[in-house]
Amino acid sequence: MIKNIAGQDVDVNEEGYLTDMSQWSPAIAAAIAAEEGIGPLAEGHLKVIQYLRDQQAKGAALTIRSMGKSGVVTTKELYDLFPGGPLKKSSKIAGIPKPVGCI
Amino acid sequence: MSKHLIILGGGTAGTMMANHLRRRLRALDWRMTVVDRSELHLYQPGFLFLPFGLYEETDIIRQTRDFIPKDVEFIQAEVEAIQPEKHTVTLNSGRELGYDILIVATGCRTAPEETEGMLGPKWRVNVHDFYTLDGARALREKLASFQGGRVVVHINEMPIKCPVAPLEFTFLADTFFREQGIREKVKLTYVTPLSGAFTKPKASKKLGHLLGDKGIELVTDFVAEKVDQENDKLVCFDGREVPYDLLVTTPTNMGTEAVRRSGLGDDLDFIPTHKNTLQSLKHPDVFVIGDATNLPASKAGSVAHFESETLADNVIRHIKGEPLKEEFDGHSNCFIESGNGKALLIDFNYEFEPHEGNFPFAFGPMKLLEESRLNHLGKLAFRHVYWNVLLRAWPLPGISRQKHKPVEF
Repeated sequence: MIKNIAGQDVDVNEEGYLTDMSQWSPAIAAAIAAEEGIGPLAEGHLKVIQYLRDQQAKGAALTIRSMGKSGVVTTKELYDLFPGGPLKKSSKIAGIPKPVGCI
Repeated sequence: MSKHLIILGGGTAGTMMANHLRRRLRALDWRMTVVDRSELHLYQPGFLFLPFGLYEETDIIRQTRDFIPKDVEFIQAEVEAIQPEKHTVTLNSGRELGYDILIVATGCRTAPEETEGMLGPKWRVNVHDFYTLDGARALREKLASFQGGRVVVHINEMPIKCPVAPLEFTFLADTFFREQGIREKVKLTYVTPLSGAFTKPKASKKLGHLLGDKGIELVTDFVAEKVDQENDKLVCFDGREVPYDLLVTTPTNMGTEAVRRSGLGDDLDFIPTHKNTLQSLKHPDVFVIGDATNLPASKAGSVAHFESETLADNVIRHIKGEPLKEEFDGHSNCFIESGNGKALLIDFNYEFEPHEGNFPFAFGPMKLLEESRLNHLGKLAFRHVYWNVLLRAWPLPGISRQKHKPVEF
């Protein structure tokens, strides 16, 4: 489905996650963050978002562990930056798919 | 002189590859060897049933050698390291084996040491796991004398082998405690690092009610900082705490230590693998199958089965110098116990999430993403299919390596 975020029409799934990460922009990130009750986005958030987008572009699986070991952010800081659901919220703001199980 | 193909791992994937390839490679041209640390083959799906007394150990343990073709050498040994540049494998005895083609099927292991406090003094006293034979045995004893209290079923982090098993365990526990007449004395809680017990839209819509119906409490987005064994509680990085009387945890899953010693894995010791051909991304004469890969597919026996059919073709193509088939589509198929003698059946791949429909044929007889008695019987019967058909690498009628596209309703 198409949703207008920050004045731009983008493709999203039922839960509002971008389905094409190339449609992402910093303005879209800020708008999704506001919807999720996160922000305003500061340097710490942006570093995480950039890391997630780089990993996703490489096709690497995203895990809390790989983020914790990346040197970008510790797991604790990740919860501080994205309270309530660090992986699902940071992924949504970064314009990449939500981490899921098999069902 | 004949060439040498080595398979590391004599579990589900390695055994299937030995059977596929021994039929297709002339023994005069290709010598084949399987290396595994254990001489026992364990039917791992049975670990789910063992704690509840639904299976006995004799149902799930066989001799590895009985499933390896006779023209394949079986070496029982621990692998020390792989040296892909030299085309050699070193065993822990110091013996070095040379190979022309290597298939890594070393699976994955649980790593409770990765979480602070998990391996404390109460490990297997009131902190249990069921992904190992020892763990399933200890849990069986624990459950046999359990009188009631807070039972917490926990996933530490993804990815895990058989990703739905902890949820199945929760459903079976609900039934078990009811049959023991103590369900009202048990508070059952499911704790996951994901955003729900069901994270895919179709499954979530269809099955989301199951937990509430069974009175199971759900705690989501929970990444455990530590297990506080002194106070019997799980502690999340954001400060949330979940107290327990009995914790059934699924520790972090990692690839085998030999992969790490060889410098071939990612940060969880899984080997970067081409998601459609199953060739190592770094070493053309190395192929990877089953739980040992880093693929975004489920770590499950059915996935290894579908992979094995593609990989057998690709090993033959590689030997002939032909381009590999980019065929494997992430196909996965599994029965999910939902308690009360019922089960679900799901079928999905990289592209399509689990959906409704009939399986394996257009008329069924099984239904996808729906609870039924027939699916439960299918899961019980599957043990025999595993020993007699799957490990022998015979095809399963009506079930193709690539997933059929779902029919839209």
